[in-house]
Amino acid sequence: MSSGSAIQQLAGREAFRSFAERYIVHEADRWDSEEAIPQSIIQQMGAEGYLGAVISKEFGGLELDMKSLGALSEEMGRACSSVRSLLTVHGMASIAVERFGTAEQRQKWLPLLASGQTIGAFGLSEAGAGTDTKAITTTATITEEGYVLEGGKKWITFGQIADLFLIFAKLDGEPTAFLVPRTTPGLSIDHLKGIFGTTASMIAELRMENCLIPHEAILGSKGLGVPYIAMSCLDYGRYTIAWGCVGILQACLDACLSYTSKRETFGTLLKNQQLIQKMITEMTVNTKAARLLCEDAGRLKDEGDSQGLLATWAAKYFASISATKAANEAVQIHGANGCSRDYPVQRYLRDAKVMEIIEGTTQMHELVISSDAYSLSDF
Amino acid sequence: MEETKVKVKAFLSRFFRKSEIADDDDIFALGFVNSLFAMQLVMFLEKEFSLRIQPADLDFKNFRSINSIVELVERLKQPA
Repeated sequence: MSSGSAIQQLAGREAFRSFAERYIVHEADRWDSEEAIPQSIIQQMGAEGYLGAVISKEFGGLELDMKSLGALSEEMGRACSSVRSLLTVHGMASIAVERFGTAEQRQKWLPLLASGQTIGAFGLSEAGAGTDTKAITTTATITEEGYVLEGGKKWITFGQIADLFLIFAKLDGEPTAFLVPRTTPGLSIDHLKGIFGTTASMIAELRMENCLIPHEAILGSKGLGVPYIAMSCLDYGRYTIAWGCVGILQACLDACLSYTSKRETFGTLLKNQQLIQKMITEMTVNTKAARLLCEDAGRLKDEGDSQGLLATWAAKYFASISATKAANEAVQIHGANGCSRDYPVQRYLRDAKVMEIIEGTTQMHELVISSDAYSLSDF
Repeated sequence: MEETKVKVKAFLSRFFRKSEIADDDDIFALGFVNSLFAMQLVMFLEKEFSLRIQPADLDFKNFRSINSIVELVERLKQPA
């Protein structure tokens, strides 16, 4: 990642916000109802370079520093968590190719991923394997013609439209990563509908039956899948989701400041009620605190500091539970209107809850963060 | 090589505060490490010694003991 100047970072944030205001904010509720985002917005994001946010400039990407990537994730997350999810999973596939791919794989895929001509997705979760990544049952068998994949993947974000899947399968019992194009014979894709939150993230279930991919489709080497590739991707995902949660928090705060300044009850504006002021205070402080934790994680990542990994767990933990709390209170503040699709706060609540589950549940974060605390202690 | 070993030991001591590890001990067999540790170790080595660990070297045998980690670092520090 390159390190941008403060002025570049500020200009980047303003551009991201302007794009989100112009093309996303006013459409997000409709996309949520339709359970899809249109191809046109993906093309526009590609044209802006956002789909190549983390890809090196030599392959046509923006090569953003972590603070700028955070700003992009926050602004997209403020507008629409499903759009932010696209940037997250596409970025996860992209960093895997750039970090672990051969020169040929990088040359083949990264320019396409950077421009958005190819949309990437991350295929780790299965019906029986989520946080417990070692439980994956999809297998890869080496043959003279290539690798044969057998098994299934579930909850694959933007799997409905992705062109390239990063699939994790056990090769001789060891988790290994493979690049699987959508057009591969033996790969079938079912659309999953009725998802509770990030409803427009076009989630799919993949089935691989006698799915033959060439030998050069392996990413890295046997056994590298989960310990390094998946963990690197999930760290990236966790970081962008944490920032997306800051976006949800900001959206909740903005919505509540506006609503309580107009809505009257018992002869006065809601904002004059002390119990409302308490909720606004907590929302304000939690938004700032979550943003500071994300900035801390981003700074450490830009410095290449290994502490950035734990800082990212902490940021995502706090930001996601704070987003759920803020969205819950935003619905409460809006009353019956908050339960209506005429207001976005119900979407924020559904989206925020999903953030507590993906890229490690809240409980998994508690295990990791507390374990690290004990390892640093003398007890 | 000794300077590399001192730095590696200092990093590992954060994770093995309650037990002494010898230079040839198998740190994976000790049971305290996981995928997160593996990533932290790689990031530490890359930053501390200004090197890039390529996928071909991301093999557990290169990280199994203090001695094997030091050997990897010394090898990667050599000009290609």
